[in-house]
Amino acid sequence: MASKVVYSHRDPMLKKRDDFEDMLEERRATSDLRYALRCYTPALYKGLTPCKSSELKNMVLQSDQLLYVINQVSKETGTSTDEIEAEASAILEEMAHRLQLSTVRFFAFALTKVFKTVFRSICVNEEGIQRLQQAIQEHPVVLLPSHRSYMDFLLMSYILYTYDLALPVIAAGMDFMGMKIIGEMLRMSGAFFIRRSFGGDKLYWAVFSEYVKIMLKNGYAPVEFFLEGTRSRTAKSLTPKLGLLNIVLDPFLKGEVFDVSLVPVSISYERILEETLYARELLGVPKPKESTSGLFKARKILSEDYGSIHVYFGQPVSARSLAEGRVNRSQFNLIPRHIPRKPAEEIQDFVNDSAYRLVRAQEENMVLKPWVLLASLLLQNQAAGNKQGMQLEELTDQAVWLRDLSRQFGAFLHWPDNIPPSKVVSCSLSLHQSLVRISEGRVQLTLEQAGGRAEPGLPLPAVTPEEELLNRAVIILSCASYRNQALHVFIRPALLASAVHAASVNRKQEIFNTFSFLRNMFSDEFILRPGAEVQDFEEACYLLVKSGALQINQQQVLVTDRGHRTLAFLTSILDPFVQGYQMVCRFLCEEVAEGLTEKLFVPAVRKFITKHLLSGRLKYAEVLSSDLQKNALAALLRLGAVQKVRGRGEQGALKVNTVMVNSLEDTLGGKLPTQKPVVARL
Amino acid sequence: MASNSSGDSSSRHQTARHRLSVIAGHLQRPADSNAAVLAVECKAQGTTPNVRTGVRSEGRTVPRRRQEIMKWNGWGYSDSRFLFNKKGQAEFTGKRYRLSGMIIPGLKDWLESTFGASLQHKAPVTPILNSGAVQPPTLNEAFVEELRSTGVPFSHEAEDRVFRSHGHCLHEIFALREGKIGRIPDMVVWPNCHNDVVKIVELACKHNVCLIPYGGGTSVSSALECPPEESRSIVSLDTSQMNRILWIDEKNLTARVESGIVGQDLERLLNESGYCTGHEPDSMEFSSLGGWVATRASGMKKNIYGNIEDLVVHIKMVTPRGVIEKSCQGPRMSTGPDIHHFILGSEGTLGVVTEVTLKIRPMPEYQKYGSVVFPNFEQGVACLREVARQRCAPASIRLMDNEQFKFGHALKPQVSSIFTSFLDGLKKFYITKFKGFDPNHLCVATLLFEGDREKVLQHEKQVYDIAAKFGGLAAGEDNGQRGYIMTFVIAYLRDLGMDYYVIGESFETSVPWDRVLDICRNVKARIVRECKDKGVQFPPLSTCRVTQTYDAGACVYFYFAFNYRGLSDPVHVYEQVEHAAREEVLANGGSLSHHHGVGKLRKEWMRETVSTVGMGMLQSVKDYVDPNNIFGNRNLL
Repeated sequence: MASKVVYSHRDPMLKKRDDFEDMLEERRATSDLRYALRCYTPALYKGLTPCKSSELKNMVLQSDQLLYVINQVSKETGTSTDEIEAEASAILEEMAHRLQLSTVRFFAFALTKVFKTVFRSICVNEEGIQRLQQAIQEHPVVLLPSHRSYMDFLLMSYILYTYDLALPVIAAGMDFMGMKIIGEMLRMSGAFFIRRSFGGDKLYWAVFSEYVKIMLKNGYAPVEFFLEGTRSRTAKSLTPKLGLLNIVLDPFLKGEVFDVSLVPVSISYERILEETLYARELLGVPKPKESTSGLFKARKILSEDYGSIHVYFGQPVSARSLAEGRVNRSQFNLIPRHIPRKPAEEIQDFVNDSAYRLVRAQEENMVLKPWVLLASLLLQNQAAGNKQGMQLEELTDQAVWLRDLSRQFGAFLHWPDNIPPSKVVSCSLSLHQSLVRISEGRVQLTLEQAGGRAEPGLPLPAVTPEEELLNRAVIILSCASYRNQALHVFIRPALLASAVHAASVNRKQEIFNTFSFLRNMFSDEFILRPGAEVQDFEEACYLLVKSGALQINQQQVLVTDRGHRTLAFLTSILDPFVQGYQMVCRFLCEEVAEGLTEKLFVPAVRKFITKHLLSGRLKYAEVLSSDLQKNALAALLRLGAVQKVRGRGEQGALKVNTVMVNSLEDTLGGKLPTQKPVVARL
Repeated sequence: MASNSSGDSSSRHQTARHRLSVIAGHLQRPADSNAAVLAVECKAQGTTPNVRTGVRSEGRTVPRRRQEIMKWNGWGYSDSRFLFNKKGQAEFTGKRYRLSGMIIPGLKDWLESTFGASLQHKAPVTPILNSGAVQPPTLNEAFVEELRSTGVPFSHEAEDRVFRSHGHCLHEIFALREGKIGRIPDMVVWPNCHNDVVKIVELACKHNVCLIPYGGGTSVSSALECPPEESRSIVSLDTSQMNRILWIDEKNLTARVESGIVGQDLERLLNESGYCTGHEPDSMEFSSLGGWVATRASGMKKNIYGNIEDLVVHIKMVTPRGVIEKSCQGPRMSTGPDIHHFILGSEGTLGVVTEVTLKIRPMPEYQKYGSVVFPNFEQGVACLREVARQRCAPASIRLMDNEQFKFGHALKPQVSSIFTSFLDGLKKFYITKFKGFDPNHLCVATLLFEGDREKVLQHEKQVYDIAAKFGGLAAGEDNGQRGYIMTFVIAYLRDLGMDYYVIGESFETSVPWDRVLDICRNVKARIVRECKDKGVQFPPLSTCRVTQTYDAGACVYFYFAFNYRGLSDPVHVYEQVEHAAREEVLANGGSLSHHHGVGKLRKEWMRETVSTVGMGMLQSVKDYVDPNNIFGNRNLL
């Protein structure tokens, strides 16, 4: 890693992507202390009105919007405005950041030490940094990094500090505040804390939204938050949350700023720090509460090799160009802008659509490591029942095939072409020893005595079949989280492949119908932009035709001879999800008694699935993932096959429309043709 | 309000003299002192047209043959223009304005640094009108014959027709400079009085001729453009010879005036009797009373005198259905929707305004300019808002942004004495160094106070006190006055710019107070971005000023100009940018127009501006009043 790492990608999709530079390289060569204490003079927004964080609070408390809400709440509750103002002030106190350069310098020092031990390299696209620097000077900037690890926001600030860019203020979940000292330190490095839920609390919302807007409008600092709302435990992008995006787009929509630059940032980890932690969480071991002492326990991390990180600063997206021709901004002309109003449907759709576009932009610039492909192949092999694993040569061959396919599909694959494939494969495998091992030339997942060796915290030898299954599932889910990183590349072709597979005839329209059905079914599982069925279908067709897997004419879709391999791969990649959803359907039809609440749903369905896994009727242990189960339920709720009944209890009971759930299950299993005529026609 | 000294005739005389000198200060045109202000009647019958108009035109600015004194392809008087002399210094020619004959040393640098323009690159211009480029007139012979028998003078000479085929939109002037002439009126008629107009309209209806009323020709909304699809003979009805004050009623403080009178004549003639209307739009040298009514004009001193709709007491308009007017001159009526409001802003689509009764005021005893420098535009706007809140706005208060402040600075004529320039240096030092104003952010408000001396001084103090609360520093009378001079010469400057590949224009809007800063920022930024996107090679000038204040909002005026070298179709680019700027105005809560009107330029936004029902109401009025579309300029609807 001594030499300069510059990767260039030839991309058949003609997506122009920048080269990376390893920012740790310089750190390894020079003094960390001098780095932490160096002169820091970032370029700032041209319209900046400089102010301290205390002045910022006053601006919030005196803003028209907040005063309006305070008056309103006062009238509603009969409390005096003074009291409510005090309350607002307290909320703000709890929320506000206290950005301090000294703390940032401390972090810069400490993180450098940690990063240098844990990571081989941190690669950043410097052109993206330059674009960002430009953007910061022109318009208020919102940074939208992907969220896969606790590391993300420290890493972001670290990078911005290193490149002499304005430090962001970061929306963080309140749970961090539990970590006493760390919480305060994060606050001083620019984090501000928001409660996870504050549904009906008008005052809280007003304080919070005004705080963010004022920082944004004044160009105080780039505002950073996670579109996905929380860390993705599965490494798939999560359905975007719209609250904060609504807030940061509002000043543009209301004309208070000329434009807002939204910068998607894709952070990809070769090996995620929280790897097995996530897997266990998904299997129902609850998330440990964030605590400072917990952090110290995690220090064993320091002794492991987590490979490299790639951070890609995407092209800034102008809110103005997103809204061009979509939003009629004059709708805000007739009511004073400081009076809070529920956004009109047009605005909601716009924000939702923008959120999906931005998450897709994150996905597209995610760097995929060879291991991601290997994990996909190994999982498929495992599911096919080959307990012995794969021959190393076979795995390499398949990986090379998949490498070419994924490049054709436009993946941002980092596969060093100057190194022989066998070396690339063995390098990748060695980094993930906890998940995979090579014995007698065969590669297999470390499923046997899995928990015993590497990971503390699990009961040592598995005593019951259930426990053994759980241990295996931890490994499978960890592997799946790597495979999932590539899903966004394959999802559209995979939906098409599954549709072709399921269709009895070759008629394009019919295949489109099935495609739409599947797409609709899985739209909580994957990032599929609402209303873009036809576009997605055409993209999938284009990719599969281009890769030679399909021939498509006006009416028909035909599989070519060499296309079978591609289609088989794609179908299998979707198969765990198809079967998982079917399982959930079956559970709801067979097992649900009166009064199952949403809370009880996951444990119950997990039990049901465990039973099926143990009996061998289901081969995918990853179906145990609570993420998949929840997504399936969300889809069924969305489709109206399950309804929430507002009962006496605080949690609504689930009411299952058995007929509908049954027919959805059969359609998923290909037993029934796609029934409902879809709205969109080709 | 202005003081009242009407009882004493000698003091009134004095006031009149003072007022005259002020106007002359703006315009520096020798005032004709003996023009009689009498009740006169139209004597259309019996006398020959030539003799009659000769009498009428005495002491009036605008002759029938405009070409005698005005440019055919640019703004204003032929003898007044900016040019770069042999030494490369900017100079303003002629004798009419205060700036006339002066050297403006800063202009060259400003032009070069703002636009990247260069004196080496001069844009070609067609020097004289080539009659060959003009289509021969399509005459309606029957109409012409009958018109001849009425004795109303008319012409179908190419020059007369070309002069009345355009306003002063950029694309109109640009085309003229290139010698391109499209559809123009087929003939021009000069009625001398209301009855002449009645006859002309009757004949037009009878022979199905299209009439387009023409006043001062200062439109910037494409309102005077002849619709190219019009197949009938188009007759331009030039009201310029209907320019008399018919009577002055001192008891009610009103005056009856023919609609063709231009602003400067109206003020001068009233001043002679010690009165004024106080209506001073920036175009007042050339724009006419009828035009003001037809476009809902606004004058810079509206804070004292009101806009045109506040000034009119009675209007007479000739329509194809007949004459519309009210039966009395009551100051306010509750008689259903005010029919004046069908006329005000009708933009020549319904008929010709022939006579108007206007409110008049005794001339103010005292006038004083002033200016305030603010550290930034935000503070300036906050100050104007406070002034409006306290309802203590001076006759005029305008806030120029930083770019416009610099522009105004570039127009400073060469100073005569070392002492003045030393003082200037000292002032600049005080403001930028001592007070810490950033020369790239500071902006200036110009003020004009009017009234009796004591009250003016009191008023002045009140306004300066408010300004001080917003960090404003009084910056002297000179700066203030220069700000107002600028509005008279800006249109001449555009012609200079066009000589050097710079094209530009102004546009305006009105907007609620809470939107003022946002609209200024966003529209200016939109212009810059659009120019860049459309391939303009040089950064544009994009500047604004808050030019009027109201209780509930303000009028904002934008200037925008760019160097078009390297563009194949500059006018198209210009129009795209202007279009985008207007979209931005509307998206930011601004109105389609504050006082320029809609014309054909902004027609496409009328429906969203007034709603479909609103459009239907306007359309039904048009359908009733002018079913055959005799007034076929196709403005507004």
